[in-house]
Amino acid sequence: MTTVSSAEHTRRDFLYIATGAVGAVGAAAVLVPLIAQMNPDASTIAAGAPIEVDLAPIADGQIIKVFWRSKPIFISHRTKKEIEEAQNVNVATLPDPEPDSARVKAGHDQWLVVIGICTHLGCIPLAHQGEYDGWFCPCHGSQYDTAGRIRKGPAPKNLPLPPYAFLSDTKIRIG
Amino acid sequence: MSGHSTYQPQNPVLQWLEKRLPIGGLIHSSFVAYPTPRNLNYWWTFGGILSFMLGVQIITGIVLAMHYTPHVDLAFKSVEGIMRDVNYGWLLRYLHSNGASMFFIAVYIHIFRGMYYGSYKEPREVLWILGVIIYLLMMATGFLGYTLPWGQMSFWGATVITNFFSAFPGIGEPLVTWLWGGYAVGNPTLNRFYSLHYLLPFVIAGVVVLHVWALHVVGQNNPAGIEPKSDKDSVPFTPYATVKDGFMMVCFCLFFAWFAFYIPNYLGHADNYIPANPAVTPAHIVPEWYYLPFYAILRAIPDKLLGVLALFGSIIILAFLPWLDTSKVRSARYRPLYRQFFWVFVVVCVLLGWLGAKPAEGIYTLIAQVLTAYYFAHFIIILPLLGIFEKTKPLPNSISESVLSAKA
Repeated sequence: MTTVSSAEHTRRDFLYIATGAVGAVGAAAVLVPLIAQMNPDASTIAAGAPIEVDLAPIADGQIIKVFWRSKPIFISHRTKKEIEEAQNVNVATLPDPEPDSARVKAGHDQWLVVIGICTHLGCIPLAHQGEYDGWFCPCHGSQYDTAGRIRKGPAPKNLPLPPYAFLSDTKIRIG
Repeated sequence: MSGHSTYQPQNPVLQWLEKRLPIGGLIHSSFVAYPTPRNLNYWWTFGGILSFMLGVQIITGIVLAMHYTPHVDLAFKSVEGIMRDVNYGWLLRYLHSNGASMFFIAVYIHIFRGMYYGSYKEPREVLWILGVIIYLLMMATGFLGYTLPWGQMSFWGATVITNFFSAFPGIGEPLVTWLWGGYAVGNPTLNRFYSLHYLLPFVIAGVVVLHVWALHVVGQNNPAGIEPKSDKDSVPFTPYATVKDGFMMVCFCLFFAWFAFYIPNYLGHADNYIPANPAVTPAHIVPEWYYLPFYAILRAIPDKLLGVLALFGSIIILAFLPWLDTSKVRSARYRPLYRQFFWVFVVVCVLLGWLGAKPAEGIYTLIAQVLTAYYFAHFIIILPLLGIFEKTKPLPNSISESVLSAKA
């Protein structure tokens, strides 16, 4: 095939560009289902519906683990000492500064609800361990306090809070 | 480079075929008449060994796939079934799991050989980059495969590695959810990892074809690091290279068999014989040995995003090696200073590997930080400067001269 460069635009040029453009749009459109199929499917999303948790059986000082959206949720019934430890910290000195009041619901200081996944690389921290009476991550040594805030180690952020609300004084809904 | 094929079949059927598809001529010119430098040493046999190991992994892998079930409730059980119930299943699985380690041992020797003799230098840059791509694909395949038995290390290894991508600001979280197909590593993740683990070896095989093609265009490097100039400098691939490769392959198989039969779990982790439990993280997560130097680099850096970038950067930087090494002389034989820095670099890589298996605390973190800095300095400071300041030894006039003078 020989190509002759001409300064003038011909109808053939238009056909080339139009064909190429339609092909490119078509190829891009095919990518949408190919990529989207890897996102969580309908059953996974349905299984991620909100759950209700009864707090009454959780003893003072006890931490329980429930699963929501395949993620472990730590529910900590904090003792007076633990609440005081969490409140008496100079917030400005924290790696991810948040006061204790932002970590719990108002009037429910004794209940801490956090997603139990280390913000470093996703391991599950161990409860009642580490230098801050909170959690210690065995993978890379991150330490969290009794408000689930990062205090030491490579993790960049505090343990995230799941969306949840108190239905009554002894019942919460997560999700 | 390979010259004209002298393949002229006598058999009329082969003659008939050759006129229609000259595959016999291609094989003859690539693996029989192909001229190889006469001074190749045993370090040059690892390319053949790597092709062999790719074949071993594909064959044992396809057979294992006949007995394996990629489901979170059945995967661990089906692997135990392979070990206990399937005829010779234990052998096939141990060959496959140790085969991955052998594959990496061979590729590390192959890479360090390329570094020592400057095999990445002009005109072999594309050949080298294709090799780096194969190495990346191997790492991905090894990681995906380690997830499949669905033991504790499988699960938590998959969790930690996929969380690397959560370090990227903004796109991190949706990207990780997309990789998982859920809100955590789960059944969709296992399914897709299995699919990709089956696919990638064939992608590797495709890139290997390109790698060998590029090799046959530019020809092999050799211990003297100079190009063959006359027929005296090279010998035909068959029988010389075929026999040498074959002999070393047999020796390598002995080494492989020793692992597969006598210490099949030496390179594994006991924790992976505990079924995956999303509620409990093992006390000490360690990746497979072949990732340890990069794991040490990740942990050496206290910032999450920078750690992940350093880990990827430490591999990507290899692709730029042809331009970072400014010396015109290829072989370390004629580069007295580079030869010393090369061995320091090897020791640094081994030490990083050792640190990757240690807990990330105290003195270990400090040493890992120093060695990580040295790793990058080797590429972006030492190599560019060496090319300018090093006084190299005189190169021989030809390969045959270097061989014959060594004998005299």
